[in-house]
Amino acid sequence: MSDGLVDLLSILAATLRLATPLVLAALGGLFSERSGVIDIGLEGKMLGSAFAAASVAAVTQSAWLGLAAGIACSTALALLHAYAAVTQRGNQVVTGMALNILVAGLAPVLATAWFGQDGGTPNLPPDARFAALTLPGTAALSDVPVLGAIYVRLLGGYNGFVYGAALAIPLTTLALRSSRFGLRLRAVGENPQAVETAGISVASLRYRALLLTGFFCGLAGAYLSIAAGAGFTRNMTAGRGYLALAALIFGRWQPVPTALACLLFAFADAVETRLQGTPLPLVGVVPVELISTIPYLLTVMLLAGLVGTARAPRMLGVPYGRDR
Amino acid sequence: MRPSAASRRRAELLLLPAINLAGALVLSALVVLAAGADPFGAMAVLAMGAAGDPASLGYTLYYATNFIFTGLAVAIPFHAGLFNIGGEGQAYIGGLLASLACLLLGPRLGVAAIPLAIAGAALGGALWALVPAWLRVTRGSHVVITTIMFNFIASGVMTFLLINVLIAPNQSAPETVAFPEATWMPGIGSMLGPSPINLAFPLALLLALATWVFLWRTRWGFAIRAAGANAEAARAAGISVGRSIVLAMTLGGALAGLVAVNELMGAQHRLLLDFSSGYGFMGIAVAMMGRNHPAGICLAALFFGALYQGGTELSFDMPQVTRDIVVVIEGLAILFCGALENLFRGRIARWLGQEFET
Repeated sequence: MSDGLVDLLSILAATLRLATPLVLAALGGLFSERSGVIDIGLEGKMLGSAFAAASVAAVTQSAWLGLAAGIACSTALALLHAYAAVTQRGNQVVTGMALNILVAGLAPVLATAWFGQDGGTPNLPPDARFAALTLPGTAALSDVPVLGAIYVRLLGGYNGFVYGAALAIPLTTLALRSSRFGLRLRAVGENPQAVETAGISVASLRYRALLLTGFFCGLAGAYLSIAAGAGFTRNMTAGRGYLALAALIFGRWQPVPTALACLLFAFADAVETRLQGTPLPLVGVVPVELISTIPYLLTVMLLAGLVGTARAPRMLGVPYGRDR
Repeated sequence: MRPSAASRRRAELLLLPAINLAGALVLSALVVLAAGADPFGAMAVLAMGAAGDPASLGYTLYYATNFIFTGLAVAIPFHAGLFNIGGEGQAYIGGLLASLACLLLGPRLGVAAIPLAIAGAALGGALWALVPAWLRVTRGSHVVITTIMFNFIASGVMTFLLINVLIAPNQSAPETVAFPEATWMPGIGSMLGPSPINLAFPLALLLALATWVFLWRTRWGFAIRAAGANAEAARAAGISVGRSIVLAMTLGGALAGLVAVNELMGAQHRLLLDFSSGYGFMGIAVAMMGRNHPAGICLAALFFGALYQGGTELSFDMPQVTRDIVVVIEGLAILFCGALENLFRGRIARWLGQEFET
């Protein structure tokens, strides 16, 4: 087997691993934003989940309880978001920002107090984490040239979360396109008055959308701390929530394009890590710091209409009240 | 005697932030309790750490200087109806131009380079805010998203420049050589003991006053506030909404850029990685708590400056409570003063109304 193939497969596999939290968070944000609530609080929800999942997993030594705690924490933050943005009709951007900053402070304070470590949780033993799954027949196929390598290295060897994120893409598409909830969700982001006139509560729809956001961000955060990583560290999400938001916009608020944008951003990340410090022929050493800005540049260009056009849900960011 | 609507409004203007802040502090106290420490003890340590001796007070005012700049950077665009989350990146790029002025012009011009470096700081911040503003006006791009993206772009560009271009020779830390001493902002802390407080502090106060004059006493400020209150009506009245947006954003960016004057020219005396980290976001809390009014912003900046400084003491005296508690209070302040500002408003208005009438 050639080294080139191994290299390529490992970059592609790294892409899928790096894309997983982005896809989960971006699909989560999609529900919120399609319902008309701007969610720049994805980062905080993910970070909260990562901390809660790792803390509970550290105490109970159970990955599943950790996952449940992560989802619960992220959902609670989403409920707070909904209360401020929907019930109180507060500024949605301010609310999201408040969540991000609050969690960024809260997690290290509690981690230090509870575990006596600087802003993180103890390292989790393998039993308290989600291990990579082994696909059936891995041992038998690993010696088969090319196809075996593809099966073992590219399709197999991931965490359940990775497959879950892949599955979430068609499910979200289906839910949005064909379910009654999806239809109403899209309607409430475009024309809440019409939805209310039809006798459906705008507030309840937006609450449910944000609960879904909380659920998905919970998965994304737990993946970081108890599946891909082995414990919580300070600022573990490192801007992934904002990157997911960029992907959501770059994907024009549609599930499949959003997931593709996540894959693109993750691929850039994987290549960047790979190229760190290694000079390429003709180009020389690639400025990795500049490559990392590409997703953000692309998003700005899209918003400026330079690479296609993005149309946001019409009522995105506008609090709804019957008196309006 | 029935109070006038204005005096009731004034009471609400003072009372509401106080109550919102109290809400944030009560929750923060619960967090301290959850961390296994005594909230009252923690508060005492915070207060002593912030103003217990002259040097601490100097540090408090030094941090407050940064927060006045970034608070104003959020407030001016806010009056135009825009949310500028780009303070971090604007301060960062402001730092780049200010540092270049200090390093390149300093050796030749000496002290005369200081005003140029200050102008550079403002220019860098203004340019980094101008692009999102211009995209908003010409292409309708959402300023919140573009300014967030510009924070990350600034971070990538600056990391690249500091690691590859600007780094001091024969050194591993990504920072430049020290600025020539003539370009350091003169300290004013001699009576306050050893602290980095410098002339940027009075500059910040002066600019807060100038912001008030600009917003409420000039026609450009009026145009900005009109555009923010009702863009359609402003347009109908012949105000150029686009020009107001660009003006408000670039002024905000320029003010954010001035963080570099206090932080780099006043204290660090070199350009270093992530020097603006956290200050830009703190501006949101400051602007929310100060209700986007320059006077309120100065008070809120002082409050957070004290927290920032006191938080350092706190982590020495109570190891179980880390400095991050300041970030918790910051987040809660944004939540209560910004996102949940309507939570107590109705109740207070009713209570004020009755109280004054009887």
